[in-house]
Amino acid sequence: MDILKFITAGSVDDGKSTLIGRLLYDSESILADQLEALHRSNRKNDDGSIDLAILTDGLKAEREQGITIDVAYKYFQTDKRKFIIADTPGHIQYTRNMVTGASNANLAIILIDARKGVIEQTIRHSFLVSLLGIQQVVVCINKMDMVDYSEAVYENIVNDYKALSYKVGLKNIKYIPVSALKGDNIVYPSLNIDWYKGDSLLHFLETVELEVDDSKAHARFPVQWVIRPQTDDLHDYRGYAGRVSSGSFKVNDKVTVLPSGFHSSIEKIELLDEEPDEASAGMSVTIHLKDEIDISRGDILVNTQYQPEVSQLIEADLCWMDTRTLDTSLTYFIQHNSKVTRCRIQEILYKVNINTLEKEYNEDFKLNDIGRVLIKTAEPLAFDLYQNNKANGGAIIIDSRTNVTVGALMLRAIGE
Amino acid sequence: MSKHQLDYLDELEAEAIYILREVAGQFEKPALLFSGGKDSITLVRLAEKAFRPGKFPFPLVHIDTGHNFIETIEYRDAMIKRIGEKLIIGHVQDSINEGKVVEQKGKNASRNALQTVTLLDTIAKYQFDACIGGARRDEEKARAKERIFSVRDEFGQWDPKRQRPELWNIFNGKIHKGENVRVFPISNWTELDVWNYIRREKIELPSIYFAHKREVITRNGQLMGASPFLNMDDDDIIENRTVRFRTIGDMTCTAAVESYAYHIDDIIDEISASKISERGARMDDKVSEAAMEDRKKGGYF
Ligand SMILES: Nc1nc2c(ncn2[C@@H]2O[C@H](COP(=O)(O)OP(=O)(O)OP(=O)(O)O)[C@@H](O)[C@H]2O)c(=O)[nH]1
Ligand SMILES: [Mg+2]
Repeated sequence: MDILKFITAGSVDDGKSTLIGRLLYDSESILADQLEALHRSNRKNDDGSIDLAILTDGLKAEREQGITIDVAYKYFQTDKRKFIIADTPGHIQYTRNMVTGASNANLAIILIDARKGVIEQTIRHSFLVSLLGIQQVVVCINKMDMVDYSEAVYENIVNDYKALSYKVGLKNIKYIPVSALKGDNIVYPSLNIDWYKGDSLLHFLETVELEVDDSKAHARFPVQWVIRPQTDDLHDYRGYAGRVSSGSFKVNDKVTVLPSGFHSSIEKIELLDEEPDEASAGMSVTIHLKDEIDISRGDILVNTQYQPEVSQLIEADLCWMDTRTLDTSLTYFIQHNSKVTRCRIQEILYKVNINTLEKEYNEDFKLNDIGRVLIKTAEPLAFDLYQNNKANGGAIIIDSRTNVTVGALMLRAIGE
Repeated sequence: MSKHQLDYLDELEAEAIYILREVAGQFEKPALLFSGGKDSITLVRLAEKAFRPGKFPFPLVHIDTGHNFIETIEYRDAMIKRIGEKLIIGHVQDSINEGKVVEQKGKNASRNALQTVTLLDTIAKYQFDACIGGARRDEEKARAKERIFSVRDEFGQWDPKRQRPELWNIFNGKIHKGENVRVFPISNWTELDVWNYIRREKIELPSIYFAHKREVITRNGQLMGASPFLNMDDDDIIENRTVRFRTIGDMTCTAAVESYAYHIDDIIDEISASKISERGARMDDKVSEAAMEDRKKGGYF
C-alpha cells in the first residue's frame, strides 16, 4: 500500500476544514470517543448539526474564532491507500503555515466558495502550489448547496480557474462540484448534482496515479552524521549516515563528494544488520566508501556522472514568512539539506503582484511576498534546480537574531 | 505511484531515522525520553537503526512517577542492559520531597500532572537542548498541530500560535540558550503503524500490553488496575478480569481494556476493528476539550 500526502488550500471560510471533517466522517474514519466529543462540543452549525471543522481545528483559539490557524495533520486509510492530510489555514496572516503543509504534499485540494469564485487567496495559494511543484490539483467548488447546485455557477468558476491555471503554470487539474457541509460528492456521489458525472473526491484520491520522480532524478545523498565507534573491534569503521534524497546508489557506483570534489566508490551499504546492494530515494542507510576521505555533516555524495550545480551565487524564488521585512544588508543563515551556512540576499530581482501575477520592481519584501532573489552564500552549495529535483533544490532562510525560519527558497539557477 | 515507492512502513521508518540523525547532527546535548510505552520502545529500535554499530549520541531519560507498573520498570532495566546505553532517571518523588510539587488528594489523585515539573527540572539539570519523544499526531487534536521540531521557551512552554514554518524535510534546530526543542520522529505514524512495525521488527514489549488476568476496579466507566497507588474506598469493588493496556503511563491514569488479545496478531485485529481511540483510555484527556493543549503549553510532552 502506498501513502498519498495531500493538503487543503483556498481562502478563509471556503470550507477546507469542514471538507476534511466530512471526508473522515463519511469514510467512517472517526472513532466513537472522538465522535462523542464532537457531539458534546458546543460549536454547532446554524441548523444544529455537528460542526465537522472542529475535527481538525484542534487549538482553543481556533475553536473560539472558528478559523484555522495552523496546519493539522490527519491520518486515514481505505482499502486502496493510506492518506496523510494537512489541513491548512486560509487566512493570509497564516500563509507560512499553509506553505509548511504544502511543502510535503503530492496533491493539493483547492477549495473555492461557489458564491465568491476565484479571489486573491485562491490565486496566492494556487501560485504557491505551483511554485512548490505539487504535481496534481483538485479544485473543489464548494458550498454548491448555497447556489442551488447550479451548473452555470460551477462552469463559470471552472473557466475562471482555467485562465488562472495557465497564468500560474498548473497542469494536472481535476474539477469537482461539492458541498462539504451536506456531503455532496465528497465520499458519495451527489444526488443533488445530477449534471456532474465524474468521480467523488474520495474516489479520485484513491485512484489518481502520481508520478513520484524522486527515484528517477540523479543520485544524491546528503551526509547527516558520521558513525565512528572507535572501539577496539571497530577501530577502522567509518560509515556515512544519511537518507538518499533522490535517485539510487548501488555498491561499486562511482561517487563524488561535494563541495570538496573528491572521488571514490561505494564499498558497502548498511541498514542495521542488512546489507542491501542498492539504496533508492527515501531510504535511510549508512554508506561506506572505498577510500578514506574527509567527509562530514553538510557534505553530499552524488553520482559522479551526474553532478549538481555548485555555486555561491544562486537565483531563487523566495516566499517571505516573517513580519520583519527582508533586509538586504543583513546576514542570514541558509539551510539546504544538512548544510547550514551564512548568506545575504544580494538583490531582489522582482516581486510578484498576487492579483495581476505580474512582476513588480520595488525594494521591500514583506510578509507573504513572493518573488525572485539573488543570494550569495558564505560557502558553496551543491544543489539541483528545484524544478528538476525538489529534494535537493529547496532551502530555508533563518534569521540569525531570532533563529526563526523566515523564508522558503526554491533554487532556480546559478546566479550571475 | 511509481514502482520504486517504498512500502509505507519502510517510508515511515526511513523518515524517523532521518529525524533522529538530524537531532544528532544539530544538537549538543540531546536526550531520548523513554516512558516504557510502545512508542518509546519503537524509538529505541529506530535509534539502533540510525546509529549502530556506534553508540547512541544521547542518553535515555525516564521520568519516573513512582507509580509505574512493575512490568514497565523490569522491561526498562532489561532493555538498558541489552542495548548498553546510558539511562538517566528523574524521580517525581524527589520533586515532591523538595516541595516543588504537591501530591494531589482525593479519589482521582494522580502524579501524571506532577511529572511535567520533574521533566523540566531534569532538562535544566542536564542542560538538554533537544528531547526526543514518541508522541504521534494521530493521538490527539492538539498533537495533530505540532511540528516535528517543536521549540519550547526557557519555561518549557509550547506556543501553538507562534510555531516556526517547517518546510520539506529541512528542520531548523537553532535555538537560544535556555530554550530546547522537542522532537517527534514518529509524528506521522498511527497507532496501527506502530503495531505493524513492532510485529515486523519482532520487538519485545512489556507483558501488560497483552491480555492477562488482573484485579481491577471500575472508575468513571473505565477499568483501572487495582494498586496501592490508587486511592480506593469501600465503594470500589475489586474484580478479576482479563484485560490489557493499550497505552502505558502512570498506573493512576492509564485504564485497561477488556481483551483476549494474547498475541500481537490479535492486537492488530483488535485495533483494526476498534471503535475507540487509544487516548480514550486516558483519564488525563477527559478533563476538558483543551486538556492536552493546556498541558503542552505548560511543558508536558
Ligand atoms: N452551506 C455550506 N456551508 C459550508 C460548506 N462548507 C463549509 N461551510 C461553512 O463555512 C464556514 C467555514 O468553514 P471552515 O471549514 O471552517 O472553513 P475553512 O476553509 O477551513 O476556513 P479557514 O481554515 O479558517 O481558512 C463554516 O461555517 C462551515 O460550516 C458547504 O458546503 N455549504
Ligand atoms: Mg480551516
